[in-house]
Amino acid sequence: MHSIWKTSIRFTILTTVLLGVVYPLLMTAIAGALLPHKAGGSLIVKDGQVIGSELLAQSFSSDRYFAPRPSAAGNGYDATASGGSNLAQSNLKLVQRVQGDIDKLRAENPGKPVPIDMVTTSGSGLDPDITPDNAYFQAPRVSKARGLSEATVRALIHDQTLGRQWGVLGEARVNVMSLNLSLDKLSK
Amino acid sequence: MSVNGWLQFSIYCLVLLLTVKPVGIYLARVFEGQRTWLDPLLRPCESLIYKLTAVKADQEMNWREYSFALLGFSAVSMLLTYAIERLQAVAHLWNPQGLAAVGPDLAWSTAASFTTNTNWQSYTPETTMSYLTQMAGLATHNFFSAATGIVVAVALIRGIKRTSSGTIGNFWVDTTRALLYVLLPGSIIYGLLLVGQGVPQNLHAYTTAHLLEDSAKTQTIAQGPVASQEAIKMLGTNGGGFFNANSAHPFENPTPFSNFLQMLSIFLIPAGLTYTLGRMTGSPGHGWAVLAAMFVLFAAGFTTVYWAESHAHPMLHGAEQTGTVTAPAGNMEGKEVRFGVSQSALFATITTDASCGAVNAMHDSFTPLGGMVVLVNIMLGEVIFGGVGSGLYGMLIFVVLAVFIAGLMVGRTPEYLGKKIESYDVKMSMLYVLIFPLIILTLTAIFVMSPNIGLSALTNSGPHGLSEILYAFTSATGNNGSAFAGLSANTWWYNVVLGWAMLGGRFLMLIPVVALAGNLAQKKSIPPSPGTFPVNTSLFTVLLTGVVLILGALTFFPVLSLGPILEHLLLKSGQLF
Repeated sequence: MHSIWKTSIRFTILTTVLLGVVYPLLMTAIAGALLPHKAGGSLIVKDGQVIGSELLAQSFSSDRYFAPRPSAAGNGYDATASGGSNLAQSNLKLVQRVQGDIDKLRAENPGKPVPIDMVTTSGSGLDPDITPDNAYFQAPRVSKARGLSEATVRALIHDQTLGRQWGVLGEARVNVMSLNLSLDKLSK
Repeated sequence: MSVNGWLQFSIYCLVLLLTVKPVGIYLARVFEGQRTWLDPLLRPCESLIYKLTAVKADQEMNWREYSFALLGFSAVSMLLTYAIERLQAVAHLWNPQGLAAVGPDLAWSTAASFTTNTNWQSYTPETTMSYLTQMAGLATHNFFSAATGIVVAVALIRGIKRTSSGTIGNFWVDTTRALLYVLLPGSIIYGLLLVGQGVPQNLHAYTTAHLLEDSAKTQTIAQGPVASQEAIKMLGTNGGGFFNANSAHPFENPTPFSNFLQMLSIFLIPAGLTYTLGRMTGSPGHGWAVLAAMFVLFAAGFTTVYWAESHAHPMLHGAEQTGTVTAPAGNMEGKEVRFGVSQSALFATITTDASCGAVNAMHDSFTPLGGMVVLVNIMLGEVIFGGVGSGLYGMLIFVVLAVFIAGLMVGRTPEYLGKKIESYDVKMSMLYVLIFPLIILTLTAIFVMSPNIGLSALTNSGPHGLSEILYAFTSATGNNGSAFAGLSANTWWYNVVLGWAMLGGRFLMLIPVVALAGNLAQKKSIPPSPGTFPVNTSLFTVLLTGVVLILGALTFFPVLSLGPILEHLLLKSGQLF
């Protein structure tokens, strides 16, 4: 019995150093050398200032920008409190929230069905993407606010649409941050 | 449901099937002490570890010694993790956010959780755990608990294979080889692939971003050594997220391809181990027959979840829920656009078939039937591929029972690969099968009847509230770790009791398996006779599948009918809570 404790203690310390310190530091060094941008969180720098990450949604509320999906992370798009609403399908709060948003969007855009991703919160609350349908749905609003023709904005969405990865995996999507940045390039 | 969704499922199955044989052969070589291509690099490290830890590598252990070594290692490493969590504020090491010490009840539940391969998390990691705790306290257990799972499965395979033997291998040697030859090199390659998809790997303090729309507003971007932890989290079927949103977080799982890799890495070792079983026992057909049973249950689970999640919500009007090429539809609450319904349903099925528990969509917001299937997957004992090692040894318990039942039907002493299955073996198997629902149902009943302790943590009420509590104890005891996360389980009572449920679900079930291995090893082998029930046929696969389903269904149907089934029926009739 005595030897089991002794071996356990030595084995735990040794493997903890190897797997808990050496391994992650080695990975940090390799990743930092080979892929510094991605290892650093895919940050976007504009005029010397970090304005966000390519991979994370951030809040956009003006009509001049495309809006990401609603967020349940913290008070919205909180990248230190990721998470979903965790409301059940049978929860009255969920149905009231979603139906309320649908009704509001329908009133502003009569006759058009609302893409479901526009009114549902994502799992992370930081989903950087919207479906192409969602982007096209927002196109009239954004083009009006910017004084651009709707065709220009729709063409921009088309350019920014990522298909399924290798034609098969996942779903087609538009990265909101990237779309908004390219919109800013068109009209300030 | 879409054609593309089924295509993705088919590609997944095909790629997984192609890995079974090479992975299985490699694992068999590692645990039979044969040469591998990594030998020139790793042999010296291996010898050094034995020297520094004073392990006598050529000394074999009987089942008691093997169990004690496993328990000793788990206890010491769990204590170390508890200490790191409690001291993270004092250490000042890799704690750029200056996070405070973890409270005692949470530190206990988290240490138990990671030691048992559960990785249940009742906290938000990005604001609770320092980088040091994540790396040296938690990610290490991703390695350890995966390794101990694998070695118990290997010990059981040895027990089946050996005749008149008092020993089943050396715990320290098996564990060292699992860590060095399988998990570490796998994690390095896989981790770098993940960085290539966009997973961060750094030790920086969190970044403050000034928003594009209004630079007066900011967003604090939590980062850290994510890729190194993500790799072993999936490969070791642990599932503990670096971030609260787990694999739904774009930093943990940025692209559809990273998602595919994560799903593949959950089943990689469990599927390969079925081939290892066939190879080491000299009956490859048996390995394939076991794998076939797993595949049948897996496909049935995916079909049901995918079907359920593709449905429009019956009470929402005016939204596009039926699906188009440019907007896959169905239930998108708690799901990410890049994965859509198909990759979310597939991930949810895989993570609960295995004891992984990582999530790329929030199970709490699944439809009642979709959520029920992932719950049932855990309730069946996580033997559909299952956790690394624990899936195979769990399935072998069901194999023993299947053979026993077949023996009863024809009135002969049951045999399994040349070993007589006798009273002791069946007792150990039944112990394994009964401890599981006993813990789950007892604790669920107690918490459901305690308004102040149990019910006060609920987000959702009605039948779904019961499901939330049931899911918590099923996930903890099954060492899964996924959650109906609306349950605010970071309370003293939930932390302490769930911690004990996890330890019970791991070690009370693991000891009977090692005992069974020891008992089988000392038996003589008898040659097959015309009356022997063959375990490499499709008839055997059907029987095995039946035993798994019937045992699970009989045990849990009553409580499921009060939870998800009732919720489904009420929702269809327009009742909300």
